[in-house]
Amino acid sequence: MKFKSVFDIIGPVMIGPSSSHTAGAARIGRVARDLFGRQPAWAKIHLYGSFAETYKGHSTDVAIVGGLLDYDTDDERIKTSFEEAAEAGMEFEFIPETGHTDHPNTARVVVGDSHSEMSMVGISIGGGKIEITELNGFPLRLSGNHPAILVVHDDRSGCIANVSNCLYKYDINIGHMEVSRRQKGEMALMVIEVDQTVERSIMDELRQLPNITQVTRIAD
Amino acid sequence: MDVLFRNVKELVERAENENKLISEIMIEQEMLITQRSREDIMVQMERNLTVMEEAVEKGLKGVHSVSGLTGGDAVLLQAYIEKGNSLSGTLMLDAVSKAVATNEVNAAMGTICATPTAGSAGVVPGTLFAVKNQLKPTREQMIRYLFTSGAFGFVVANNASISGAAGGCQAEVGSAAAMASAAIVEMAGGTPQQSSEAFAITMKNMLGLVCDPVAGLVEVPCVKRNAMGASNAVVAADMALAGVTSRIPTDEVIGAMFEIGQSMPSALKETAKGGLAATPTGKWLESKIFGGSVVGSGR
Repeated sequence: MKFKSVFDIIGPVMIGPSSSHTAGAARIGRVARDLFGRQPAWAKIHLYGSFAETYKGHSTDVAIVGGLLDYDTDDERIKTSFEEAAEAGMEFEFIPETGHTDHPNTARVVVGDSHSEMSMVGISIGGGKIEITELNGFPLRLSGNHPAILVVHDDRSGCIANVSNCLYKYDINIGHMEVSRRQKGEMALMVIEVDQTVERSIMDELRQLPNITQVTRIAD
Repeated sequence: MDVLFRNVKELVERAENENKLISEIMIEQEMLITQRSREDIMVQMERNLTVMEEAVEKGLKGVHSVSGLTGGDAVLLQAYIEKGNSLSGTLMLDAVSKAVATNEVNAAMGTICATPTAGSAGVVPGTLFAVKNQLKPTREQMIRYLFTSGAFGFVVANNASISGAAGGCQAEVGSAAAMASAAIVEMAGGTPQQSSEAFAITMKNMLGLVCDPVAGLVEVPCVKRNAMGASNAVVAADMALAGVTSRIPTDEVIGAMFEIGQSMPSALKETAKGGLAATPTGKWLESKIFGGSVVGSGR
């Protein structure tokens, strides 16, 4: 089941005008910022399908930029996010694409600064809910039926054991897990689908584990 | 994941077997899935209710969108109701005007609660605050109205779609209207089965509705479709309360909505390429608002 909570249906509280194209877009931007770990210096946002056709009318652009500035869906500053971005020193560009994608509301968000770059693909599946389907070229294969977290870490022994032990401590059951890495000893990631919602406090605890770079929720 | 219901049939059966309201089943399922307390869940839903009230209040004072395409109609409708000569009746027009008020606020980038989406956010609160004047519900009953709407929306979202880009306007305003209809029935004292019938009757009459927003804006025809969604919801609720039933079972109606959405061309699914968006006036409005290049490089 993609939609689990009644508040996926009656909610979110948000700035209009579109749950998928504004609230969902803001959430995609915010997850990108979360994964990047800091305010990016620049962002290139590729839009596909309905996103590409109607992004100006739906304020998808100001919403994604708002998300990159860490604004929630009901943050009034979304309306003036372009000005806020200029003030925060973040450059951005929107590139509507004509290519076909699996989902009609797809955005590829590429962000970076002088230290690093990151590319992420998010889809907005309706009512403000989103899923992250790709990170830095790694496809994130989610069933979409369970909450999922993404853990980015250094490829060192013990990381996977530490994360699963921490989840076990809070009685969170892992339903499906994928691990992958670019090259031995480099960046690696875990996509973990679980049966329970992973609370913020548990995410914080995971972040404190050795060799963990990022922890974020990619489906809830 | 264990849930208490996966479709409307299971939802209604559970409510009737346990002699509970549909809203109660939804609350119990939310407690089960999120492991949160009843109080916590009720408080969050009341917050949503408050956002809805504030949006209606704001819209009834009169708002206008940046594009100028929508705004002010809720005010016109309220003034018309005041005159006392309306043909469709005060409750009906009140629901319509409050649905319009909410969507006018949404179009003006105001704060709203998506039910189930922002483009369809007017129907559930519009009908709620109109029937409220006649049924005189308690605050808890008003919160329960949102859980009943949510229970039906939950089934549609998981078994079909609530996204205009995926299923057209039938998936958005259609779902919202059907959800509202089921909730009206519960508030009016109808049975869970009557809620299901009202849902089916409403949804059947929204099938095939395309998503064709002029200039890609959630304004034309979205605001007025919320108005008509609200009126559909009220009429179908009355029909179900009168004992009228749907010949096609509710879950099959939801299945049909999904199938229709799948076979709908993408020009009619929130791409602003077909339907009203592609009319000469629709095109003209688009170029007037965006200076002729809606799709181009980022602004």
